[in-house]
Amino acid sequence: MTAPILSVEDLAVTFATAAGPVAALQGVSFALQPGEVLGIVGESGSGKTVACRSVMRLLAANAQVRSGRILFEGRDMLALDEADLARIRGDRIAMIFQNPSTHLDPLMTAGGQVAEALRAHRGMGAREARRQAIDLLAEMRIPEPERRVDSYPHQLSGGMRQRVMIAAALACRPGVLLADEPTTALDVTVQAQILGLLKGLRAEHGLSIILVSHDLGVIAQMCDRVVVMKDGKVVETGPIADIIHRPRMDYTRQLIASQPALMLPAMPSNRVREPILAVRNLSVHYASSRGLSGLLTGQARHVVRAVDDVGFSLGQGETLGIVGESGSGKSTIARAIVGLAPVHAGEIDFAGRSVRRQDAAARLRFQRSVQMVFQDPFTSLNPSFTIARTLAEPLRRHRLCAPADIAARIAELMAKVELPDDLLSRRPSQLSGGQRQRVGIARALAVEPRLIIADEVTSALDVTIQAQILGLFKKLRDSMGLTIVLISHDLAVVRHLCERVVVMRHGRLVEHGVTAEVFAAPRDPYTQELLAAIPRIAIA
Amino acid sequence: MSAAQTEAAGGTSRWPASLLAGVAIVLAWLLVAGLGPSFSPHDPIAVDLANALVPPGSDHVLGTDSFGRDILTRIVHGARIDLMMAFFGVVGPFLLGTMVGLVAGNFGGVADAVLMRILDVTVSFPYFVLVIAIVAVLEPGLTSYFVSLTLVNWVSYARLVRSEVLVLREADFVLAARLIGVGEVRVMSHHLLPNAITPAVVFVFTDAVLTIVLGSSLGFLGLGVQPPAAEWGVMIAEGQLYLATAWWICVFPGLAIATLAFGFSLIADGLAKQLHTAP
Amino acid sequence: MGRYAFVLRRPLQLVPVLIGISLVTFLLSQAMPGDPIRVMLGPKASEEAIAFVRARYGLDQPILVQYGYYLINVLRGDFGQSLAFRSPVLDVILERLAPTIYLLVYGLVLTLLFTVALAVAAARRQGRWVDQLVRFVCIAGLGLPSFWLGLMLIMFLSLKLKLFPVSGFAAAPIDNLWQLFLPALTIAIAVTPTLTRNLRATLVSQLASDYVVAGRSKGLPERWIFYRHVFPNSLLPTISLLGIVVSFLIGGTVVVETVFNVPGLGQLMVRAVLKRDYFTVQGITLFFSIGVVLTTFLVDLVSVALDPRVKL
Repeated sequence: MTAPILSVEDLAVTFATAAGPVAALQGVSFALQPGEVLGIVGESGSGKTVACRSVMRLLAANAQVRSGRILFEGRDMLALDEADLARIRGDRIAMIFQNPSTHLDPLMTAGGQVAEALRAHRGMGAREARRQAIDLLAEMRIPEPERRVDSYPHQLSGGMRQRVMIAAALACRPGVLLADEPTTALDVTVQAQILGLLKGLRAEHGLSIILVSHDLGVIAQMCDRVVVMKDGKVVETGPIADIIHRPRMDYTRQLIASQPALMLPAMPSNRVREPILAVRNLSVHYASSRGLSGLLTGQARHVVRAVDDVGFSLGQGETLGIVGESGSGKSTIARAIVGLAPVHAGEIDFAGRSVRRQDAAARLRFQRSVQMVFQDPFTSLNPSFTIARTLAEPLRRHRLCAPADIAARIAELMAKVELPDDLLSRRPSQLSGGQRQRVGIARALAVEPRLIIADEVTSALDVTIQAQILGLFKKLRDSMGLTIVLISHDLAVVRHLCERVVVMRHGRLVEHGVTAEVFAAPRDPYTQELLAAIPRIAIA
Repeated sequence: MSAAQTEAAGGTSRWPASLLAGVAIVLAWLLVAGLGPSFSPHDPIAVDLANALVPPGSDHVLGTDSFGRDILTRIVHGARIDLMMAFFGVVGPFLLGTMVGLVAGNFGGVADAVLMRILDVTVSFPYFVLVIAIVAVLEPGLTSYFVSLTLVNWVSYARLVRSEVLVLREADFVLAARLIGVGEVRVMSHHLLPNAITPAVVFVFTDAVLTIVLGSSLGFLGLGVQPPAAEWGVMIAEGQLYLATAWWICVFPGLAIATLAFGFSLIADGLAKQLHTAP
Repeated sequence: MGRYAFVLRRPLQLVPVLIGISLVTFLLSQAMPGDPIRVMLGPKASEEAIAFVRARYGLDQPILVQYGYYLINVLRGDFGQSLAFRSPVLDVILERLAPTIYLLVYGLVLTLLFTVALAVAAARRQGRWVDQLVRFVCIAGLGLPSFWLGLMLIMFLSLKLKLFPVSGFAAAPIDNLWQLFLPALTIAIAVTPTLTRNLRATLVSQLASDYVVAGRSKGLPERWIFYRHVFPNSLLPTISLLGIVVSFLIGGTVVVETVFNVPGLGQLMVRAVLKRDYFTVQGITLFFSIGVVLTTFLVDLVSVALDPRVKL
């Protein structure tokens, strides 16, 4: 093995908080070899991002490095003064970030932000820097770079913004690139393109890359070696194949076992089911009206077809997956079913009755039968209610039990979602994300619904928590005979849980069928692209 | 990202010093207004020309004005009026504005459009000018002041509450409540209002500052509380002519306004800090 | 349609607001105590004269028609007769417009200078003593009544130290830089705390934004990041407040012109109220509000020019 280009030795970092110092990193060591891609994988709070930012000394003001060295080109990064640091940042080591929309200045053109590093480090004039920026944008395979160089970030797509960020990072041809969750905010097909781009740059320029990700699939696809982190410590380090096939530590095994891609696929059943939900020719349009001034100026109403002529049906006890990328209309369908989206045309029947024209009594009955679980556990619970109050509300509203029995019924619900009773007096801010999501499920179960619509219920959660929540859904479905519509961007999750699947794109249904069949032989070209884009973990 | 989580879990934090200092100042003035008048040896209104324009000294700690009235006594009595202005000047706009913001934000559509056009028109008038114009047609005085403030200043609260409600009504927990079948009134009172009210509550204290300044300005201009009442702005107006010869008539009532306003301003700043919002 | 198409469209959007404004000022006249015509013509006016003027302003008609008359009169520039000055309200207003506009522009310039200096100093040294000092100045400054502050400035700087004139408005514009310094300073001090707090808070939140971290990772110097990225991004939310600031400055002129005896619209308004010259009060109110609407329109224009994202 040659000498590493960058090495982190025994790094310890703490954050000063109102409640005293909190350890973020303890005794973290790893080394990056020239030309390799080193992965750092871990869940939130594992310290992977802190480790990555420490290298560039980009930690928040309340962070303090307690011990350790970060050696780059024979010098300790932690000992450099601001001027020396600025000379290395962007010139010798560069970094790209998770969210390209917020990491670009909205008031500066793409070209301006790419040219900046050249102007700061090379003292290059505006015209020369702009010319090079165009070349860099072209190298990042941005179409029409001469035009895009003058575009502002809001005029670019998410994938294009990430390409601009990579162009800006690589403008001065650094030898090392730190990539912190570079594709997490992107759709899976765009992710595949960006990962492909990074692979190409590595091959072409001999770039050494540290890739930080929560997604073991991305890491497995990209990296030569991987560092597994948990709670601010390194769990284990090794070549990717060794870590995946022969994990030595329990946590690594748990991480691998939690990958939805590695879970058993749902088996299609031949049972004849009584139909419960039928959606026919559903169209949901959002019109942006300009009001009186629109009338005065004769400006046309701008109509967004969020869902366009979609139809599917669902049998009692069945689990249907709706997959698609952002803007595909999958969440809008959920909202239309429960009456929270403006249905333009089409019919939604629940248990043989239309849900579009209900009187108040029918509406109340419907609300007892259909409930929803939401994506973001941080916004799905009223922050000023205790957990007990959140769970009591549906029981009171529908008079599901005598006031004296409410406490007992709440305890029952908590047991069902496997939460301890002592959480009942707490508020949401005192719960973890996984616990909040369980409360959200308990609230939906309180009215004993027949159908549950689960909208991206695990996408805000860590992968091990996701595995637990998915397990809970499975258990509840099998024990209670629940019918579930599962909406997700993650095809692996859908494959694991859903017997049938609907694939959406730009508001239209592109494919609909038994999950196993669709995954084995997708007919629609978009489904094929989508399936090909999933990062795969090869398991022997 | 992990820092935010640990902070949320941390919980126990001290009250900011500015909040405590502000509460102390306002409490002190409340005490003065409540108890002071019963202890003061002089009459705040009665004219005593023999003792006119006495500089601060042992008999009259803060001196006397051109009518021979004791400045300290008048300031102590004035505290009642100015504190009352702060309180009633804020309550009306707060209640009206919060209701409007809640209704407009929650229902949207026509109700929102109409209320917001009324708001647009109201903010098109310079705040102070519209208050004066309304006071003028209603006859100058305290009641007119409270009425005109309510008519004009509800917009500040309506805006604050509405912008919070607009975000909250799309929040998943509000959608969840609607899916359970919770009625509109309960959604507004239990789910929206408690989570939307914080910025408005903090603004109450900033607004108290503005209300004291505005009320005493009206008194000064002769459009508010009428002489010979011992309102601080009125006192300053009476001292204006003696600026070169009897500075104490103007200086001390002004300091009274400034300290009371400073107290409320500190509370606003401290609360904003404590509740993570803008003062 | 280009981004600037709204320059044509926006005035149309202002129409409902302008109608609302005229409605409010009209209602003010309806709420006036007593018979405005009798007041306007004086106690000695004959019944015929009163009937004639009543008909001219349409006051014998239903209220909606009266509003129509009012609108038409206002559009023709007829704001009624000033009772106190015995001449048309419009003439009285126009005569006194210049000092007020001078004072407003002067005050605005001082406000912006103070605000930017204080907010930038505080935000760049966040949490340190400069920041604490600015915070304290803002908390205390918010509660300083302009009329008292003005009197104190007169007392110390004009009467004691004789540095500035006590009052008045000069004929030559250049002299007024001197003459109106204290009044302009007073109204600037009244609005600076609010605006400074706002700009400081925006600067601090922008300094914590992701593009600043990205800028550091590119090796850009801190000054570069601050002045080329953070400052422009912070300016926009503050600029959008300028309409409100001007509205407060106008309110400030009412007090400050009285204290410093500047012969402008603010002083006129106070005198008119005290003399129950309601038509003048109504006219000035209308005038000021149109000023605020025009300012808001200009602010929108500036925002569009500065922000590539804005589409109105």
